[in-house]
Amino acid sequence: MVYQFIKKEFKQEWRNRYALNGILLYLVCTIFICYLSFNVRTNQLTPITWNALFWIIMLFASVNAVAKSFMGEKSERQLYYYTIISPQALIIARVLYNAFLLLLMSFVGFVFYSLILGNPVQDQTLFLINLFLASIGFSSTLTLISAIASKAGSNQTLMAILGFPILLPILLMVIKVSKNAMDGLEWSASADELVTLLAINLIVGAVSYLLFPYLWRT
Amino acid sequence: MRQYWWKIVTIILLLYTFLGGLLLEVPRLNILNETIRALYFHVPMWFGMIILLTVSVVYSIRYLKSNDLTLDAKAIEFANVGVVFGIFGILTGMFWAQYTWGAWWSGDPKQNASAIGLLIYFAYFILRGSIENEEQRARISAIYNIFAFAALIPLLFILPRLTDSLHPGNGGNPGFNAYDLDSKLRLVFYPAVIAWTMLGVWIATIRIRLRNLEYKTL
Repeated sequence: MVYQFIKKEFKQEWRNRYALNGILLYLVCTIFICYLSFNVRTNQLTPITWNALFWIIMLFASVNAVAKSFMGEKSERQLYYYTIISPQALIIARVLYNAFLLLLMSFVGFVFYSLILGNPVQDQTLFLINLFLASIGFSSTLTLISAIASKAGSNQTLMAILGFPILLPILLMVIKVSKNAMDGLEWSASADELVTLLAINLIVGAVSYLLFPYLWRT
Repeated sequence: MRQYWWKIVTIILLLYTFLGGLLLEVPRLNILNETIRALYFHVPMWFGMIILLTVSVVYSIRYLKSNDLTLDAKAIEFANVGVVFGIFGILTGMFWAQYTWGAWWSGDPKQNASAIGLLIYFAYFILRGSIENEEQRARISAIYNIFAFAALIPLLFILPRLTDSLHPGNGGNPGFNAYDLDSKLRLVFYPAVIAWTMLGVWIATIRIRLRNLEYKTL
């Protein structure tokens, strides 16, 4: 059931590509605006600025990308899902689908960002692993937040203020690990952070899974 | 409900906290000097906040199971008082930091974590305000309350331990156990924690009764 639902989401996304393209264009525009505002040539940003800027862009783009997962939907369609799929299956499918979407988005974002603002990262593998964990964490947090915001009247501002404080622990960990990756430190230096990140992801994912059925019922 | 012996106990314990906390002998230490007395006022705020917020989450979970609106009233009021304790915790902490660390706000991980924690609960109040329907408001905000609490735990207990902090008890700095050679501090500290927490419960019960009265007259 989960598999079929994910397949349906992909098909739906593929049929009207404007949503996906919209997110990617949003990302590219933001990065380009940053590039122009800083007025820099490549590799002129200090590593700390580079890092912080990248994750702030990712944060905002992620909120925008996931926001539509419940908020863009008509209540009739939600009612239809309600009759054919269990809430647990629905939340798992949505989290996985959003994780994939964010993964794609952050990967494209990373490539484009490196292209125009330079890539000072020394340990690419660690950076990509970090990007992967961050996408999963963002997705499991924001999917539930999006469901909550959609029940509370589909307000994008609400989505942001509910989501940001909860995302902050993940974001702090991620920024730290990616700084380590940029400096090319040993993996053991980031081990604590990676484990914490994984643990936060698990907690947030498990809590979303447990809470969503209650939210769905309203 | 009309038992008031514990209110008398609260008053006696609070009087003891103020008199004992301000007048009793404390260990003489460099830098800390008399500010060590903040232990009786600042630290109990955090203990009280954690306890009150935990109570609030327990009521939220019970609300989701039973759909009893009085439980929701309890959850919101305990969260209210918990946040007030949190604000006082930050203010007393800043006051203390000004005398020992030399700045009101130095971006210490504990300060940042507590500020983020407060942001999470402010978002909770805004979420409540944004929903008209009472049943829905109760259910959705209960879900967010539980979610927020689950996200708050790693923030308060894990993150500050991963980074260097000036805060006593973190980053190799001794907590009060190390200063406390003859258990004099404990003599006031434990009653202080109990007293402040009970004061919080007292305030919450009054507000819950007020809320129930308003609800009945409507």
